[in-house]
Amino acid sequence: MGVIKSIEELEKIREQAKDLINLRKDNENKTRIVVGMGTCGISAGARQVLLAILDEIKKRNLTDVIVTETGCIGLCKFEPLIDVIKPGQPKVTYVNLDPDKARQIVAKHIVNNQIIEEWVIPNI
Amino acid sequence: MKELSLHILDIVENSINAGATEVEIQIVEDNKQNLMTITIIDNGKGMNEKMLEKVLDPFFTTRTTRKVGLGLPLFAQAAKMAGGDLKITSKIGLGTKVEATFIKNHIDLQPLGNMAETLVTLCALYPNVDFIYKHLVDDRSFVFDTKEIKERLKDVPINNPLVLGFIKDYVESNLKSILEV
Repeated sequence: MGVIKSIEELEKIREQAKDLINLRKDNENKTRIVVGMGTCGISAGARQVLLAILDEIKKRNLTDVIVTETGCIGLCKFEPLIDVIKPGQPKVTYVNLDPDKARQIVAKHIVNNQIIEEWVIPNI
Repeated sequence: MKELSLHILDIVENSINAGATEVEIQIVEDNKQNLMTITIIDNGKGMNEKMLEKVLDPFFTTRTTRKVGLGLPLFAQAAKMAGGDLKITSKIGLGTKVEATFIKNHIDLQPLGNMAETLVTLCALYPNVDFIYKHLVDDRSFVFDTKEIKERLKDVPINNPLVLGFIKDYVESNLKSILEV
């Protein structure tokens, strides 16, 4: 069994985190990632997709990305799905995701501005 | 749904859609009585009796009351499959309580799954909602309360990536210590 974490350790985390910007502090110049978290999304694996995105944001130290959620948008069979909305650009909807695809979207689309066309569903 | 922790995430989303600012998740595992109880209590807007009758009917609720949807019927099914049941009580203006029971050694009992990931997901998406998680296994217990976390964090938001990483390790290691003896 590993070491049991104590809540006292939060103090250290607080010191490290103070410099980092709030993930959710909203403003127009930020990229938004919206994860479908309805019953359909959750049962298809949205929690793992969301955690992969958060982990990638943490690893890459991205401070200009906001992650939010939405309920069922009626595309249940395409779940897990996410919308990526870059400032001044149209919304891009990625479908049938898994944690690995989600990480690639962060690397290619969010960081390098290259849309991964083969996972995009058009016209919604 | 593959695990109960995903059902819990889904039911808590209902609470938040109902305007809850505080959601309590209780899991009580009683090995002597061979029983597990999962209770989710929120301070959302509540439901009237008419609505309460409908929430467990998947066909009635799918479109018209979309915010409720299939979540509760699926959770009820998971409980009934494992020899248990699901009860909902609600009062307009006060909140809603969902209580599911399970026979612990039932062959069709879904695994609880990763509660740490469910809690991290909730803290990441709803930093302004408070979550209390109480998990009892016989005489051992673990309590996680975001109000305590926020108090310690002061000006640092709970959805800061480093804080979320801590919460995951913190919940995981403490749960392990009460589940494995």
